[in-house]
Amino acid sequence: MEIVIVSGKGGTGKSTISAALATLKNKVVLADCDVDAANLPILFNPSREDENVFVSGQKAVIDYSLCSNCGLCLNYCRFDAIFIAKWKVTISEFSCDGCKLCSMICPYSAISMIEKDKSRIYSGSFRNGKMVYGSLAPGEDNSGKLVNKVREKARELSKLNNIETIIIDGPPGIGCSAISSITGVNRVLIVTEPTISGVHDFQRLLQIMDNFHYSPWVMINKFDLNVEMSDEIENYCRKNNISFVGKLPFDANVVEAMVNKKSIIEYSPDSEIANQIAAIYDKITTIML
Amino acid sequence: MLSPTNIKIAIASGKGGTGKTLISTNIFYSLHRNGFKTTLVDCDAEEPNDTLFIKGNLTKTVDVMNMIPEIKSDKCTFCGKCVDYCNYNAIFMLPLGRVIKVMDDLCHGCAACIVGCDHDAIEEKKVSLGKISLYSIDDNADLIEARMNVGALSPVSLIKAAIKEASGNGIVLLDAPPGTACPFIQTVATADYVILVAEATPFGLSDLQHSVETLQKMNLKFGVIINRIGYGDNAIYDYIYNKNIELLMEIPFNREYATCYAKGEIVVKYDKGLEKQFISMIKFIAHKYGNCNC
Repeated sequence: MEIVIVSGKGGTGKSTISAALATLKNKVVLADCDVDAANLPILFNPSREDENVFVSGQKAVIDYSLCSNCGLCLNYCRFDAIFIAKWKVTISEFSCDGCKLCSMICPYSAISMIEKDKSRIYSGSFRNGKMVYGSLAPGEDNSGKLVNKVREKARELSKLNNIETIIIDGPPGIGCSAISSITGVNRVLIVTEPTISGVHDFQRLLQIMDNFHYSPWVMINKFDLNVEMSDEIENYCRKNNISFVGKLPFDANVVEAMVNKKSIIEYSPDSEIANQIAAIYDKITTIML
Repeated sequence: MLSPTNIKIAIASGKGGTGKTLISTNIFYSLHRNGFKTTLVDCDAEEPNDTLFIKGNLTKTVDVMNMIPEIKSDKCTFCGKCVDYCNYNAIFMLPLGRVIKVMDDLCHGCAACIVGCDHDAIEEKKVSLGKISLYSIDDNADLIEARMNVGALSPVSLIKAAIKEASGNGIVLLDAPPGTACPFIQTVATADYVILVAEATPFGLSDLQHSVETLQKMNLKFGVIINRIGYGDNAIYDYIYNKNIELLMEIPFNREYATCYAKGEIVVKYDKGLEKQFISMIKFIAHKYGNCNC
């Protein structure tokens, strides 16, 4: 069973909840799909058993011994990546999308494409199973594709090690990487918070769910920061037939757990919050929506 | 009206939920109230939130389109040249079955296939990616929002278009999307200075390190605001000190701020001290990195 934790808005507690679910019961495969900022390795310090290169795309480079500085490529680039700097045709590494059109039209064959190969996919063991995480090199692109690769690896490890449950910590947003982390999973758990931004982003995420015909579970984190708004979210879910699964209070122990490199379940197993998370897990894994 | 200050400052963080939007909207409000000409651009096009906090009159909307190629099968000879030109494997072709199709989700709109086609068989259609909205607060302050359509995949061209709209004078604040991937890059690339917002937690530190590496690779100037101090640990201070990074401000964890923000309210309306700190921080940045006489 693949369970993904998403939120729309960042900082609602996806990684905290993912870490808790991953240390609750039987062994799991934990896939950190927030490839821009994979945080779970900090908590779990997994061993590094496997490392794969992820080619995020290509970029164009100019061989100045061949370039005549004619500037033809400037007219073709749709990404505003080619410009004149100090009288020289120049390609911005950061704006180049890797379409290779400039290299195709250059009359002097002065432009070639090289692979962006600094990103990695790591996998290994942690104290409650196996773990996979992506590391997108600074400024590299195509996180949706990297998310797919991380998930592929997670499925492979799940089969190989006979571990049934895969927990996916999703990225924020509703773009390509969020969509890639959701497609084909068995359970979606949305973590929202009672702030005006949290609710706004939650609603946009629900539209994605609708587009893909998913029925998500919804939980509220830090509900006591604004009880009225929490009630509103709960009512909204009830009215719209969205399965509401629970709410957690703001608790300084959650930050303390993180500082101590532990999940909240490991840090204070008998706390109210830990019990509630366990109840949430039971509900989402046993009931099929 | 104070003396002209021209600078573009991005407010960014590797991790979501560190307080980018709170800080952006409150700096904007503070600057505006103190007579600075200011524009705020909400570049988090996947999840734009600034208009929840700042209200203005909608003066203009611009639809941002992606150009997607369409292959006319009556003109197509199935020579496959467009497939060779496409670096994204976005063209699906079965020559024997006379099937050819552009897969919109994979297409980046680079037009290479059109350039490659010898038979004039590819035309472009416009597909809406999202919208840019301009809100006027008054003569001295504008808010520009980039909002991607739900279901679209990449906000990059929207962000680019939104920042272009803000080409006027004054202080331009860019509320950046989280992460260090393409939407982030597109936002910070044009900035004179980047304010990174971080939390003093292990997650916060790791995300800050990612952002710093990216900005250093891009040769951009930046400093750090540590938000919600009082929780977490001190490792982030060691990092900032060792890397010789400018520490711009520290904002304590304050339940009042959180409650205020939750309701969509501006915190500096109730905390004049914080307003003063924001103003002096921006003055410091503008003085050091911008074209400023203040």
